[in-house]
Amino acid sequence: MTVFWSVFRRDWLLAFRQNAEFLQPVLFCLLVVTMFPLGIGPSPATLQKVGPGIIWVAALLSSLLALEKLFKQDFLDGSLEQLVLTPGSLPMLALAKVLVHWLVSTLPLLILSPVLALFLNLTWDMYWALLCTLVLGTPLMSLIGAIAVALTAGLNKGGTLLGLLLLPVYIPLLIFATSAVESASLGIPFTGQLAIIGAMLLFAIALTPYAVAYAIKVSQN
Amino acid sequence: MSGDKLTQLKAQELACIKRDKLLFNDLALQVEPGEMLVVAGPNGVGKTSLLRILAGLSAPEDGAIFWNDVSIDNIDSTFRQDLIYIGHKLGFSINLTAIENLRFWMQQRGQVPSEQSIIEVLDELALVGMEDVLVRQMSAGQQRRVALARLWLTPAAIWILDEPLTALDKWGINLLQQKMISHVQAGGIIISTSHQHFAVDIPVRTLALEPNWL
Repeated sequence: MTVFWSVFRRDWLLAFRQNAEFLQPVLFCLLVVTMFPLGIGPSPATLQKVGPGIIWVAALLSSLLALEKLFKQDFLDGSLEQLVLTPGSLPMLALAKVLVHWLVSTLPLLILSPVLALFLNLTWDMYWALLCTLVLGTPLMSLIGAIAVALTAGLNKGGTLLGLLLLPVYIPLLIFATSAVESASLGIPFTGQLAIIGAMLLFAIALTPYAVAYAIKVSQN
Repeated sequence: MSGDKLTQLKAQELACIKRDKLLFNDLALQVEPGEMLVVAGPNGVGKTSLLRILAGLSAPEDGAIFWNDVSIDNIDSTFRQDLIYIGHKLGFSINLTAIENLRFWMQQRGQVPSEQSIIEVLDELALVGMEDVLVRQMSAGQQRRVALARLWLTPAAIWILDEPLTALDKWGINLLQQKMISHVQAGGIIISTSHQHFAVDIPVRTLALEPNWL
C-alpha cells in the first residue's frame, strides 16, 4: 500500500507542475461539443437526439489524447526502468498511476458535463443517465487504455497506433452508454446497461493492473 | 550490506539479438563478492544491452542469470532489493526536486528516509543549496550526481553502472571512484562500463566484447 500512496503523491505533484497540461483533454472535449450545435444547426430536437452520442465520442477521443501521456515522460527520463527494478509491486503502481491520471484529466470533464448537457439541450433524466455512464465508463477507458499505452511507450509514433488499438475495444462501452441515455430519454429504466458497464469496470480494476505491469516490463525490452 | 551472506552473480550462455543482429552469443560470466567487472568494447557492441540483461530489465534471447545460484526470474524482489542500477537515463523526473525524487525512489524500495539523511548525502555530493531546485534546472553534471546519490543513500550488494563517469567533473569522478573502491572492499560487486579509465587500485576484471559483424 505504501507503493500505491507514494506513486499517487508523486504523480499528483507532477500533474500540477506541468503547467496545467492536464487541462488540454478537457478543453478539447469542450471545443468538440461546442462545434456541433454550430455545425448541425441549433434545432433543439436534433441536438437532443444526437447529444449523448456526441458527448461520449468527444469523451472517448479526449481520453485517447490524455492517455498518450500516461507513461511517456516516465519512459523517456528512465523513471519507468527504475520503477521496474524496485522491489515494490508493479500492478499497484500501475493502478495508482491510472487513478491519478483519471482524477486530473477526466474528473474535470465530469464536472463540466452539466454545461455540455445544457449546450445540447439534454433533459434532466438524460443528463442523469449520461453522468452515471460517464462515472462508470471513463475509469474503464483509462484502465484498458493504460495497457495499450504501456505497450506503445517505447515507440516513437505510438499515437496513431494507440487509436487503432483502442477505439475498437471502446465500442461496446459506447454502445451500452448511449443506449442507457436513450432509455432514459424514453422514460424506461436503464439500470441494466449501467450494471453491465459496472461489471466491466470491476473486472478491469481486478485484472488490468497485472496486464499493465506486464506491458511495462515488455516495453523495457 | 552483504555481510557474510554469499552474494554471487552468474550468467550462462547469454545471447542477445538487437535489430536482427546477433550482438553476443554463448556468453558466460561470474562475479564474486569484492570484485569489479568492467565491460569494454567499441560503440554498438552490446555493452548496455548486456548490463540491462544482467539487471533483469530486458530478457536475453537465450541463457539465464543466477543470483546466489537462484535464477533471477524466480527471486525478483530479493534480487532487486540487492541491486542498484544506474543507466544512461537519469531515472528521475525532471519536474521534481532532488529530494522529492530520491525520497520517492527510497519509498519504492520500502524504506522511509528522513529528509535529513537525503540532505546529508546531497551535501556530500556538493549539491548544497540545490535541494529545492527542480532537476530540469540543474546542469548535466549536477543531474548526474543526483542520479548517483542513490549509491550513497542505501546499501546494496550489487551495483550495475552504465557509463557512470559521463558528465562528471574531475572532483566528481574522484569522489565516485572512492565510493566504488569502498564498496568493493566491503565485499560488494560492481559491474560497469566506461570509455574512460577507472583509476581505482582494486582488482578490476575486464570483459572485452568483440564486434560480431556478420
